Amino acid sequence: MGELEGFYALWYRELKVFTRERSRVVSSLITPLLWIIVFGGGLGSAVSLGGVNYQVFIFPGILAMTIMFSSIFFGLYIVWDRKIDFFKEVLVAPLSRVTIFAGKMVGGCTDALLQGSAMLLFGVALGVKYNLLVLLLSFLFLFVLASALVSLGLIIGANMESPEGFQLIVSFLIFPMFFFSGALFPIDNLPHYLLVVTMLDPVTYAVDGLRGLLLGSSQLPIALNLAILTAFAALMVGIGTWSFKRLK
Amino acid sequence: MTTAVETEELRKEFGDLVAVDSLDLKIEEGEIFGLLGPNGAGKTTTLSMLATLVKPTSGTGRVNGYDILKQPDEVRHSIGIVFQDPSSDDILTGWENLYLHALMFGVAKVERKQRIQHALDLVDLQDRAHDLVKKYSGGMRRRLELARGLMHNPRILFLDEPTLGLDPQTREHIWAYIENIVKSERVTVIMTTHYMDEADRLCNRVAIIDHGKIGALDKPSVLKTKVGGEIIRLRARTPKLEPIKELDYVLSVSQSGSTLLLTVRDASAHLQEILGKIGDVESVEVHTPTLNDVFLYYTGREIREESGEGGVFERIAQRAGRR
Repeated sequence: MGELEGFYALWYRELKVFTRERSRVVSSLITPLLWIIVFGGGLGSAVSLGGVNYQVFIFPGILAMTIMFSSIFFGLYIVWDRKIDFFKEVLVAPLSRVTIFAGKMVGGCTDALLQGSAMLLFGVALGVKYNLLVLLLSFLFLFVLASALVSLGLIIGANMESPEGFQLIVSFLIFPMFFFSGALFPIDNLPHYLLVVTMLDPVTYAVDGLRGLLLGSSQLPIALNLAILTAFAALMVGIGTWSFKRLK
Repeated sequence: MTTAVETEELRKEFGDLVAVDSLDLKIEEGEIFGLLGPNGAGKTTTLSMLATLVKPTSGTGRVNGYDILKQPDEVRHSIGIVFQDPSSDDILTGWENLYLHALMFGVAKVERKQRIQHALDLVDLQDRAHDLVKKYSGGMRRRLELARGLMHNPRILFLDEPTLGLDPQTREHIWAYIENIVKSERVTVIMTTHYMDEADRLCNRVAIIDHGKIGALDKPSVLKTKVGGEIIRLRARTPKLEPIKELDYVLSVSQSGSTLLLTVRDASAHLQEILGKIGDVESVEVHTPTLNDVFLYYTGREIREESGEGGVFERIAQRAGRR
């Protein structure tokens, strides 16, 4: 009873926060734009990969990065939220933890996808061609990636006692996930050790899938990428739900 | 009268520490019941267990007739909680905070707007309803949280240190709002406090709790009487003590230098007679025992007035999580 309304309340809250904290939204887009414009533009003046300019080549990777950063940070934020904010009040509500997790997760995905949309729009300026199917499938990839990573952030946030370990997570999780994902380089000719880590990084499959969709060149079939990513997301959602059930 | 809260041997241990020691408590409907004690006394753990936020180690309790172990959802529906630390969302407006609460606590759609309006009226926040909570003062924020706790028509309202960290004038206001709410909404209030004046001012009954046990439980006035009448402090150069000691309403006499301390039943009625018998008096002061004296009497130590470190529920949650 009332679970659906509770879910809506949590989602509504995230949307309100998102629309009110515009500066946060803008600043979260600055980093990916710098990557594309400066790194991509600079290196792109000398390099082209897979038949496209380097700047365009890294676009799918940077798109995934945008989702990645906003998703994981969103999830991690409950470390603070639990202590100082509204989330305390949510935890005492007569709602099931599954509902709370779902509301929080979908709220985070909404945030991430809105930022992803802004990046997709920027792709037009780079000369990336969309059609409706490509756009829909890209959104599907972004959504699955966001749900996996928001869940990952929530799992860590739910199990972390204090925000002190935060920098550690950024250095040991977020940056490696980004760098190993093949966002910045093609993965077809990697040295063995690098290939192994890359294949273990779930973000790789999002990047490869998006590259296949947007640039027409992927190493694995798009459907396989989606399947692996979905499996990872399902695992994260499962562990996340379980973590929330244990959360006091 | 019906029972609002009842506990049986309610006990909570954190490792070696016994936070709540087999508590038997009975709180009637319509009371303002205070759990008074210093930080770490166990009052807060007790409240958390009753609110189903912390699982007892053993024993159980019933809140509004619902078992806290077997029916936590029903318990949560039937109670409102106001945390010690701010728990409203400062990025949202006051109105939005109440709206979200209504959604999460299953307030029927047709009632929502009217309940929000009513809650805002109770704490005089109508004018500021559509301002962001960020722009509220500490007292306004506490009022909003009081209103929010009442949104879903709970029969019991739990208040955790309702005026901690507020200035004296704001505390007076909050007290008045609490009294008003109890009258108009007919809720039972169970509150923790370590302020003597707060317990004295608001509570019908007070449980003095220390080291997880109840040292005394009664009306504040009765607790004060138990300490032993009132205290008369006199300064006299050559007091005649013998006739005073014979009076049956004088409970004790002690002298240090020219100062006399008398513990007297019903001091104001007998003051004239005492002064007549004692001879020349330079100054006199009648002092009613405060709950502070009571606390000292029952626990052998002064209550600490400084604020706690962090909110009670949070501290409990953290402690529980660390295990």
